[in-house]
Amino acid sequence: MFHRESGVFKTTYAADMALYPLPIAKWTVAVLAVLFVVVVPLAFHEYYLSILNLIFIAIVGALGLNILVGYTGQISLGHGAFMSVGAYTAANLAVRLDLPFWLTLPAGGLMAAAIGALVGIPSLRIKGLYLAIATLAGQLIIEWTINHVPAISGGAQASIQVERPSLFGISFNTQTHLYYFLLFFAVLAIVATLNLMRSRIGRAFIAVRDQDIAAEIIGIDIFRYKLLAFAISSFYAGVCGVLYTYYLGIANYEQFQLGVSIDYLAMIIIGGLGSVLGSIFGAVFVTLLPIVIRLLMENIGSLFFSDQELASVVSGLRLAAFGGLIIFFLIVEPEGLNRLWRNIRSYFRVWPFSY
Amino acid sequence: MSEDLGFLLALLLNGASIGLMYSLIALGFVLVYKATDAINFAQGEFVMISGLVVATMLSIDGMPLIGAVVAVIAVMIGFGFGLEKVVLRPLLGRPVVAVIMATIGLAAVLRGLSTVIFGGETRAVSLPIGDDPINIGPASLPPIQALGAVVAVLFFVAFSWFFKKSRMGVAMRAVADNQQVAQAMGINVERYFALAWAMAGIVSALGGIVWGSMLGVDVHLALVGLKVFPVVILGGLDSIGGALVGGLIVGLVESLASGYLDPYVGGGTKDFAPYVLMILVLMVRPYGIFGKRRIERI
Repeated sequence: MFHRESGVFKTTYAADMALYPLPIAKWTVAVLAVLFVVVVPLAFHEYYLSILNLIFIAIVGALGLNILVGYTGQISLGHGAFMSVGAYTAANLAVRLDLPFWLTLPAGGLMAAAIGALVGIPSLRIKGLYLAIATLAGQLIIEWTINHVPAISGGAQASIQVERPSLFGISFNTQTHLYYFLLFFAVLAIVATLNLMRSRIGRAFIAVRDQDIAAEIIGIDIFRYKLLAFAISSFYAGVCGVLYTYYLGIANYEQFQLGVSIDYLAMIIIGGLGSVLGSIFGAVFVTLLPIVIRLLMENIGSLFFSDQELASVVSGLRLAAFGGLIIFFLIVEPEGLNRLWRNIRSYFRVWPFSY
Repeated sequence: MSEDLGFLLALLLNGASIGLMYSLIALGFVLVYKATDAINFAQGEFVMISGLVVATMLSIDGMPLIGAVVAVIAVMIGFGFGLEKVVLRPLLGRPVVAVIMATIGLAAVLRGLSTVIFGGETRAVSLPIGDDPINIGPASLPPIQALGAVVAVLFFVAFSWFFKKSRMGVAMRAVADNQQVAQAMGINVERYFALAWAMAGIVSALGGIVWGSMLGVDVHLALVGLKVFPVVILGGLDSIGGALVGGLIVGLVESLASGYLDPYVGGGTKDFAPYVLMILVLMVRPYGIFGKRRIERI
């Protein structure tokens, strides 16, 4: 990540595909681990930890969507709904059957994966625009169903209260506790995605994205891998929804509407399609953006707007900034923040003798 | 028995007029897709913007209705041209997903900026057509729906003439058919791309007036745009007649579903039935009823 790779010569395919590209990378990872496990939770106030927690949740969702959109080349406008499937599955299991989080979490993910694969079935016949519209329909139908079926949504206001997760008698009910809880799953998601993408399945995904006809000819069952991409991606989305539910202590469909699907698409486009690091950059950026805008507007916005207008102005600006950034990155830098990062890195790699 | 029949008739009439108003908006989508192969996910936001402009114009004292209508059409034409230049032109030749994402981003920008500029309250667009329902047999129709249906039909007649007879329309069809050949024949393809977006702007302007007058103008008016997709998928993405037929079908399905199913499921089937229908169509016949069939075997 931060190091130079001189003097490393790879002689086998296995070495080239290793999780740690360089021996020194292990040290980078160790430093990062110490930083996030020890230094950050001790050094930061609870408020900043709560922001980091939101970022961790967003990372899980963004990685999932990037597997589908960035790596497999499909498109989904239904990820908000897949998250709500996971969230409500877990909430119902936790409240009605009193199951612990280590059962509700995978259950929510698997349910979302099943629904996601179902919505992905049209991808056999259609792609691009049609797939976007089909997943949009999926989003709207799932939203409607959750909102109109009290058996799923728990009746009043379609929301279910959930207790914070607990393990070995420790309840994760402070931001610091939640920080470790969510950090664990964010790291798990990152490592799982890295490993998935260097496996047979990951390479099949990339082949489908790059040229589906060629992929079919070299023996990749396109339909199977497209559905698998939908299922894996929705599994991440479902887990993301469950984490969000545990974080908030409530499952509410308003947290998973169409706008959320678009937020996550914004994340991976701004961060960088088809890259794990890009998903992380995007999740950080998109989570921080509204907070920065709110800070900015609280300080200078009162010059232009009255107090009661300010709330709607902030949300409006947030939306406009998202849209503007999506367009900006699509036109100017389709590979997103990840590309900018790589440019910076390769500049400093040969610095100061860049010629 | 005759009461049931009257109910059915009322539902059909209501559905057909709403359906025609849907097809008016869908027309803007089809025009852009037909000419430029670009997909406009911001069609509903176009309608919202023009509704906001009309409402603001009409709130100025002494502004005649015709002045407001002309102004909003002018604004939307300029808007369409500008948009094509700034957002869509740089994305020419890029994958279809990029264009989809760009228009989704555009929709977010328009929605966000409209609350910042115009505020969050609902505005009224009052047209001098009265509120007394028009009685047709046992059924009745609000005048704004009748007006919307008439405007939609007029537009379809006008656009059919435009594409069949006028020089510009023929050139636009040529561009839609094959851009390279059209260019070789001396047609300025880029100009026609911009023109297609401007025409989508005109259609949205009218859509904004009738829909804004019926529902009131605020951010939620943009949700009408979501109904465009069932309409165009049903009718075929590149068919103007398809937009008309698709709109009618979606309007009728919606109206019948909400009339006969709502009592059983507790309301809201209106926002549900069109998408189920659309999924079925996507599974069976993705190019729609009248759409051009693109054969691609994998």
